[in-house]
Amino acid sequence: MATVTGQEVVDPGEYKIIGTRPVRHDGVDKVTGRAKYGADVQLAGMLHGKILRSPHAHAKILSIDTSKAVALPGVKAIVTSADFPILKDQSLDFGETQGNIRMLAENILANQKVLYKGHAILAIAATDQHIAEEALDLVDVKYEQLTPIFDVKEAMSKDAPVLHENLTTIFRVDRFGKGEDTGVKGNVAGLIQFKRGDLDEGFSKSDIVVEREFTTQTVHQGYIEPHTSTGQWSQDGHLTIWTSTQGSFVIRGATAAILGIPESMVKVIPMEIGGGFGGKTITYLDPLVAILSRKTGRPVKITMTRKEVFEGTGPTSGTYMRCKMGATKDGKITAGELYLAYEAGAFPGSPVGGGAMSGFGPYKIDNLQVDGYDVVVNKQKTAAYRAPGQPQAAFAVEPVIDELAEKLGMDPMDFRIINSVHEGDRAPSGVPHLKWGCEEVEQAMRDHPHYNEKLDGPNRGRGVAVGYRLNAGGSGSSATINVNSNGTINLITGSVDIGGTRTAVAMQAAEVLGISIDDVNPTVVDTDAVGWTGATGGSRIAFDTGRAAILASYQVITEMSERAALLWDVDPSDIVFEDGIFVSNKNTEDTMSFKELASKLMGTGGPVTCSSSDTQGGVGAQLAGHIVDVEVDPETGKVDLLKYTTFIDAGKAAHPSYVEGQMQGGALQGIGWALNEEYFFTEDGTMANASFLDYRMPTSLDLPMIDTVIIEVPNARHPFGLRGVGETVLIPPMAAIANAIHDAIGVRMDRLPMSPGAILEALRDNK
Amino acid sequence: MADKIHVQSNINGYDVDFLCESRQSLLEVLRDVLNLTGSKEGCNDGNCGACTVTMDGRIVESCCILGVEAEGKEIITIEGVASADSLHPVQQAFLEEAALQCGICTPGFIVSAKNLLEREPDADEERIRFWLAGNLCRCTGYDKIVRAVLKAGEVMRKG
Repeated sequence: MATVTGQEVVDPGEYKIIGTRPVRHDGVDKVTGRAKYGADVQLAGMLHGKILRSPHAHAKILSIDTSKAVALPGVKAIVTSADFPILKDQSLDFGETQGNIRMLAENILANQKVLYKGHAILAIAATDQHIAEEALDLVDVKYEQLTPIFDVKEAMSKDAPVLHENLTTIFRVDRFGKGEDTGVKGNVAGLIQFKRGDLDEGFSKSDIVVEREFTTQTVHQGYIEPHTSTGQWSQDGHLTIWTSTQGSFVIRGATAAILGIPESMVKVIPMEIGGGFGGKTITYLDPLVAILSRKTGRPVKITMTRKEVFEGTGPTSGTYMRCKMGATKDGKITAGELYLAYEAGAFPGSPVGGGAMSGFGPYKIDNLQVDGYDVVVNKQKTAAYRAPGQPQAAFAVEPVIDELAEKLGMDPMDFRIINSVHEGDRAPSGVPHLKWGCEEVEQAMRDHPHYNEKLDGPNRGRGVAVGYRLNAGGSGSSATINVNSNGTINLITGSVDIGGTRTAVAMQAAEVLGISIDDVNPTVVDTDAVGWTGATGGSRIAFDTGRAAILASYQVITEMSERAALLWDVDPSDIVFEDGIFVSNKNTEDTMSFKELASKLMGTGGPVTCSSSDTQGGVGAQLAGHIVDVEVDPETGKVDLLKYTTFIDAGKAAHPSYVEGQMQGGALQGIGWALNEEYFFTEDGTMANASFLDYRMPTSLDLPMIDTVIIEVPNARHPFGLRGVGETVLIPPMAAIANAIHDAIGVRMDRLPMSPGAILEALRDNK
Repeated sequence: MADKIHVQSNINGYDVDFLCESRQSLLEVLRDVLNLTGSKEGCNDGNCGACTVTMDGRIVESCCILGVEAEGKEIITIEGVASADSLHPVQQAFLEEAALQCGICTPGFIVSAKNLLEREPDADEERIRFWLAGNLCRCTGYDKIVRAVLKAGEVMRKG
């Protein structure tokens, strides 16, 4: 239990609630099927919408004839890009990434040009989804096909077909900076560059240099719940949206901007969300159901099919990367050069900035240069995916680290520890670090039994990799606490709960107030019912919304102290709150528990309701590391996982089960990305595997148990030391598995996925 | 507009009459006609398992069954797993073991796991992993799900 004096936690000591494992408040609803997700919305008179999508990867739209579709009985309305107001280029915050509102609208419905196969062209609302689907077949769109470009390197060449005539390269030295327009036209939308020291000098000091090239393919977040949204436009101009999103206020802002209406007229009700991993931080459907509802006067729902989720939403970038690093004989890295070219998809905005910031993050390098290119190609517009851009960069850096260690004859963890980053050292972007657990995680890995036990048998190998992330957050959260007369509280936030954050945030309020976790009823409410709250992303909810809840709890204590002072006829400054008890300094026999005092609020001035908003400037740095044992079948190229252990510096694990869950889930996504997953494109840009049968994500049968080790180096930015744990977990797996494959069969894999075919090819090339 | 067919079925222990189009899947009927929205649609082609229900005691993907095929059948959905005053041991174990994150796949996993444990309460990790391979989860890495099913089996063996 924390002792609270004023606004500071002065003695964290032992916690009563933080660090325990209560059952989540929304748990019973979710195991009984009662929890309402976006697609579960049923409204009287509701229409169902379907979307017509482009069969071509790059084409001009010459004409759209909807006359036959409109004539089909049951069809009620059609929306095309002509229904959107004309939008100007304007930057908008999507939670984990930023974007341009005009381009966002053009991604929602193509305007004159289609830029990828699956690009939405129009939507039809009908009395049921089957009729809407039939109507799509009756629409006649005439196209003039243009030459598409899919490969990131080809797209960067001077004579490549151009997606956007007026696109010029923006040069940045700060990820979220405005940058400088170079005026150079083409498909390169951006270059982000970090430089430090003197690269030539650094390499000249090294005894050994390793340089490798890497490629990765487009992969999807793979959330099980397809995107869905339901809209109701009222005659008085109020728009209500029930949607599956990570950020209700992000959807409100984007929808209002696209439709040209005030945010105050839009209410977004975030339903329970069936996974997102960053992919549900932007809008695809909300403006469509809004316009269809305005046209029909009826609520309209659109739910994507799985194929649409793959073809029409934002996966993460395929990449081409080069990494060159040099080190001295005694294992000191002297220089590092990282070249990243990321596919943005059809519109600018790949997560290359994340990769540029993080690739060299785990290493103290005095001489470095990182160049990150954001390149448009005729593929789906990428969206955020868990630690956006960072797993790719780690796949370029960590195998080079492994190879340097091998060539130096050093243990790969010892090599990392020698080059570890400490408090005061600078991140690749130049920002100095606060205290964080880089070396602590690396030492825990080196000392762990899994790392040190023998691994016998042919074609078996062990690999390690680490991943660095600067958990950004900082977009703000709000919380309101209502104190009930029986001493329970209602905790109201706007943070969509994607994996247990209701409870993780409630635990922090309970800890401050000295009440039981069961006495907190946490609720996630709509955009009319709570202060502005950024998206559930950036690993920031337990941290940011937790801070907002803590601040609101402090206010509750302040107000209740005033009530106690009134009852005991002393000055409020004479009231101390400790271990859940209000005590008077003037007479220590005057004590009241939180519950007792809560029952006396009505007679001492009325209800206590406290709201707080927090915009702390970001969660901070974090390291995660993975150890994996694999067995490779040299006949088939199949890689089996034998044992997997994950490590993270959680700062402080508020709810250890949820931290472990993030670590295990991150490992799963990384294992899929490493071994199976990719958008398999045919020559015309068709995704040939747009189903869960062919886009094969790991099943329970593919995985071993995922062991977890939580390291706690408290984060100075949070009263309880939390760091946020959602994303860093996805950074190391691909590199760890690549390093394990090398240990098993002696080949260095330089591309993802490391599918059986790729392994066999690499084995053949190696001979 | 397609004609509707009258279907008589028993769902979660109650006799139910409903009208459905011949092209509607059982999942559509459950969700859109009967408002039993606990069964989820993740793929609509039988690959994710979020819509898993039992039909005459066998697990099926309700997206791959037609509504009309429910005629004369006994169907149990996630809404029929708990009793009025207590959760099923599988549900309880999912809560205690933190075996869900977003929860969208959870109904399918629970229906599937319950069906396994009713047949084989002593199912071991390998058997559980094999049985649940038709249910996709993207959040948990399956670790805590498998542990929850092992724990539920233990509870069910003790009766």
